[in-house]
Amino acid sequence: MTRVKKPGFWGVLHRHRVAYAYIAPFYILFAVFGLFPIVAGLAISFFSWNGVDPMRFVGMQNYLRLLADGMFWKAMGNTALIGLIAHVFILGGGLVLAYILNSNLVKFQNGFKTVYFLPMVTSAVASAIVFKALFGLNNGLINFVFKSMGFEGIDWWGGNGDFVKVAVIAMFSWQWIGWNMVIYLAGMQAISHDIYEAAEIDGANHVQVFFRITVPLLKPIILFTVIQSTIGTLGLFTEPFILTGTLLGGTDNQGMTAMMYLLNKAPYGNNLYGFASAVAYVISAIIIVVSLVNMKVFDRDETAAAPARRKK
Amino acid sequence: MILKKIFLYLLLLGIVAIMLLPFYWMLVLSTQPTTVIFQYPPPFWFGDNTVANFTAVTQSVNFLQAFSNTLIVSVVYTVLVLLFCSMGGYAFAMYDFPGRETLFTILLVTMMIPWTAGIIPWFFMMSKFGWINNFLALIVPGAANAFGIFWMRQYCKQNIPSSLIDAAKIDGLSEWLIFFRIVSPILASGFAALGIMMIVGSWNNFMQPLLILRDTSLHTLPLMLKYMLGDPTRGTDMGALMLASTMAVLPLLIAFLSASHYFMSGLTAGAVKE
Repeated sequence: MTRVKKPGFWGVLHRHRVAYAYIAPFYILFAVFGLFPIVAGLAISFFSWNGVDPMRFVGMQNYLRLLADGMFWKAMGNTALIGLIAHVFILGGGLVLAYILNSNLVKFQNGFKTVYFLPMVTSAVASAIVFKALFGLNNGLINFVFKSMGFEGIDWWGGNGDFVKVAVIAMFSWQWIGWNMVIYLAGMQAISHDIYEAAEIDGANHVQVFFRITVPLLKPIILFTVIQSTIGTLGLFTEPFILTGTLLGGTDNQGMTAMMYLLNKAPYGNNLYGFASAVAYVISAIIIVVSLVNMKVFDRDETAAAPARRKK
Repeated sequence: MILKKIFLYLLLLGIVAIMLLPFYWMLVLSTQPTTVIFQYPPPFWFGDNTVANFTAVTQSVNFLQAFSNTLIVSVVYTVLVLLFCSMGGYAFAMYDFPGRETLFTILLVTMMIPWTAGIIPWFFMMSKFGWINNFLALIVPGAANAFGIFWMRQYCKQNIPSSLIDAAKIDGLSEWLIFFRIVSPILASGFAALGIMMIVGSWNNFMQPLLILRDTSLHTLPLMLKYMLGDPTRGTDMGALMLASTMAVLPLLIAFLSASHYFMSGLTAGAVKE
């Protein structure tokens, strides 16, 4: 890239010094605070280390111990279940809302958008505290509604822990639906109005337009949100941590997510730095694998399955 | 057709109710004493215990301190982000230099890397730098972020005519003067949208402050709320906790509501292209 012969490397650098100076802060900060820790994390994951004593090389032992730990799989399972169900609302709901608000079916579009976005500007800790009260056993609003309808109140936080996930999913969806709606709205504004008009002339109804025009054309943006959501779900921490009160995720670890499991090993709970690094690497590997699978799925859908479906 | 419209409005308004319910409930509980909050049925309307709750907040934590800590961290962070990201975005959009495409691709790839992989060494670096219990740990690492540069590049491409820059150069203006006198004013609404995103993220950040700020006097608002939730000396005072939550959340909500029009249009405009 800098192999221009005549002025030499330093000559090029000097001639374009302004541009390089303007972009330098990012690359310096990324190298120091991004790249270096990621590389060092891989190295540490092969050691046993409590942060104080000398490091002891243990090879793959951290990884083997991790994969044999039932609690790790429980945390991964919780994270996957919470993420999958919540994203039906977050992505599906966000897409439908964006479609409705982008069409001219209703008025006050800006008002609706603003309200749906409000949870995004609200501290997750404050929201979690309010949701904890909403889902209270004896005096929460949700149980009051249930009891008024003649049902029994649900012990959301205690019992066998089955209902913790419902509360976490409710809050997670409430928070993020507006953000994804805004991203889809941005994408929809790039779709030409001619296409919609043509569809309308052909007599297509809104459900058909949504599934056959909007969703296929938004595919790159949907893929982007799916990948972002994968990263976000595997980093899910604040909400379940505040809702369940500890890093262990309440009764029977039913509310423990992957990130809570990680931080419980180090540095917030215990001091198992090598082991925690291995956890971090496994979580990151899962993020990358899921993202690649998504890319493949979306890619194939666009070329083969989508036209086939359209023909039906 | 009319039925369909009514159905759509009912759907949208129903979701509005769900979105606003937690805010309403938070406000109601802020005005109620804890004893009433724990009654059955719970209170649905505002009470008159706000002043007593406020006194309880001040007895439990130093709210002003947490507020100013949060303000310092998020404002300094946001100002640095706006400076570095507009510089970077401007350079990528307006300058032609060897390696530009490669460097920009690297920048885009860094957005896909899960940063979780480096969290343990990151924490150790912070302690080696002496940045535990130091705001710098929350400000410096993200001060020039890939998303912001990507964002400002889009904005520069759409809004700065290159003829303007050429004219300024012919007039003999230095690069710095061009950037601050000519480019920056054009980027104003881009600054506004990116600035809101950054200040919101920083204001509400919880995980990193939890790991870094161990000293109570350095707590930011989310950490203060967490502390009140499990207050070791006073226990959980629900009314006070709700009032403190309201006070922590309200400044940003008001700022967002008053700027939401610019924010929404800026957000959608910036993302349209790529």
